[in-house]
Amino acid sequence: MEVVVRGAWVIAYRELLRYVRERARVISSLAMPLVFLVIFGAGLNRSMGRLTGGVDYLQFMYPGIIAMTVFMSSLMSGLSVVWDREFGFLKEVLVAPLSPAGIVFGKALGAATIALGQALILLLLAPFIGVHVSVMLVLELVPLLLVISFALSGLGLLIASRMHSQQSFQLVMQIVIFPLTFLAGIFFAVNNVPTWMAVVSKLDPLTYGVDAIRRLFLEGQVPATGTPNQLFGVEVLGHTTHAFEDILVVVLLGALLLGAAAVTFGRQE
Amino acid sequence: MSATVDAWRVPAGGESAQEVRGSVVVASELARRFGEVDAVRGVSFQISEGEVFGFLGPNGAGKTTTIGMLCTLLRPTSGSALVAGHDVVRERLAVRRSIGLVFQDPTLDQYLSGEENLRFHAYAYGVPKREREQRMRALLELMELWERRKDPVRDYSGGMKRRLELARGLLHRPRVLFLDEPTLGLDPQTRNRIWEYVLELRRREGVTIFLTTHYMDEAEHCDRLAVIDHGEIVALDTPEALKDSVGGDVVTLRAEDNAAAAEELERRYGLSPQPANGTVSFTVAHGEEFLPGLVREFPVPLLAVGVRRPTLDDVFLELTGRAIRDEHADELAQLRRMARMRGR
Repeated sequence: MEVVVRGAWVIAYRELLRYVRERARVISSLAMPLVFLVIFGAGLNRSMGRLTGGVDYLQFMYPGIIAMTVFMSSLMSGLSVVWDREFGFLKEVLVAPLSPAGIVFGKALGAATIALGQALILLLLAPFIGVHVSVMLVLELVPLLLVISFALSGLGLLIASRMHSQQSFQLVMQIVIFPLTFLAGIFFAVNNVPTWMAVVSKLDPLTYGVDAIRRLFLEGQVPATGTPNQLFGVEVLGHTTHAFEDILVVVLLGALLLGAAAVTFGRQE
Repeated sequence: MSATVDAWRVPAGGESAQEVRGSVVVASELARRFGEVDAVRGVSFQISEGEVFGFLGPNGAGKTTTIGMLCTLLRPTSGSALVAGHDVVRERLAVRRSIGLVFQDPTLDQYLSGEENLRFHAYAYGVPKREREQRMRALLELMELWERRKDPVRDYSGGMKRRLELARGLLHRPRVLFLDEPTLGLDPQTRNRIWEYVLELRRREGVTIFLTTHYMDEAEHCDRLAVIDHGEIVALDTPEALKDSVGGDVVTLRAEDNAAAAEELERRYGLSPQPANGTVSFTVAHGEEFLPGLVREFPVPLLAVGVRRPTLDDVFLELTGRAIRDEHADELAQLRRMARMRGR
């Protein structure tokens, strides 16, 4: 147990140390979500008008953008492993008396901390978008984002555990991540799209993360009347998911991915 | 060959305890195959506490694979090994705690400072706080890196990086320090300095050192040396004994007719001369005393004659019939060096 705990904190410590050293990374990982928020927000807000429940498009998209920031930052945990392997540092880590589970958990913890920090920076934009942020909301948001981030870090680490160059990792990321991100219901409601797309979206685990975050932000602002199920919940086999079901999907997925990543890391060649 | 592998072979049964006592590394028939390739074919050896033990062999001989198995990164296909009394397969964490490693290629975090790299290592190995700062300072000063400790590692020279890795490898007071080609890719001057540091560390810390090399001059620093070729130990002894095993001194001569000279040497003295690069060379006991007689009575006109003590090169040639640093190996080293430079 001691080797797991020590592994986790020492790896997380170094992730954060690296992060503050690389200013470019701080900026670049915030830039993409911001660009989407500003361009899509400004470009589509007027033409979309009010959505069901009196939410405008920018308000609808904003929680999704926070989710997207968390996805991107979490997946960076995988890039950092590939980076370490390419530059040799991974050997120093793998030969240290640390357990593979500790190393994987530490990478995820580092990524989750960074992801959380970036999401909280985006929260500063809430007043300009017209989304109300209460203390209660932040207190609920933090654990939710951590859970989502751990799950996504698990995906990044699992992919990275078999990759040997940054180029191939980036390639896989583009093939896997962009569809996953765009189908997750960040930019549109997954219950209101053509059937084929709805099917794919509902298979995308990120969809449930986005929905959980969106409910947290907007459920209070939408009047109880009307048909909010266009906006919230994921309709699966005639059942519309509740927030806790969304979270359950993410937790199960995260446990699976992190477990698999720990196993691949621990495998002795 | 005065001592062969057999002298060091660990008995197959359980009665090895007697031999194991005082040995900090014990390898028994350690073997590893990668797919169809037998990288290491059952090597056995023991290393005593405080010894500098070397693996000498060309690139691809199985040196790095052996280190990989001893430091628990690679699982042996067969055979077993104990490091500091712990089994390398069953007690991986215990083995890792008791060893330090300097790999062939740099394994530093280039974006962190020298000090931060050491601190990470101290955390990872659970070095107590009080000892950590003292030890970091002592090692950084010994390696003459104290002044540069706050600089990012990417600004260090190749030699400085190596020194930092040596300091890091010893930070947690390991019982065995593994050095895999510790001076590969460094210029001769830097190599000599690295060796001064290594020997100084050994003197001060009393740590056992296991190193691999394909440089003959480097191998000379070892207390004992295993010559490895194609995954097998072909000889194991002190460098002096290995050189003695060649059987005397190496005489090289150039005659007007080398072929005739070789024939004559064989006929008259029963020697087995080997022609190479327009010269003929052979080994003979007491070379200096042999030469005057040879020069006086040799029928083939001689142009040049030289005698020297055998080197480890001669040992390798004698054992394997090949020079250790053939062109192919040099090419590989060159490529690797270039790859490393790009990585920096």
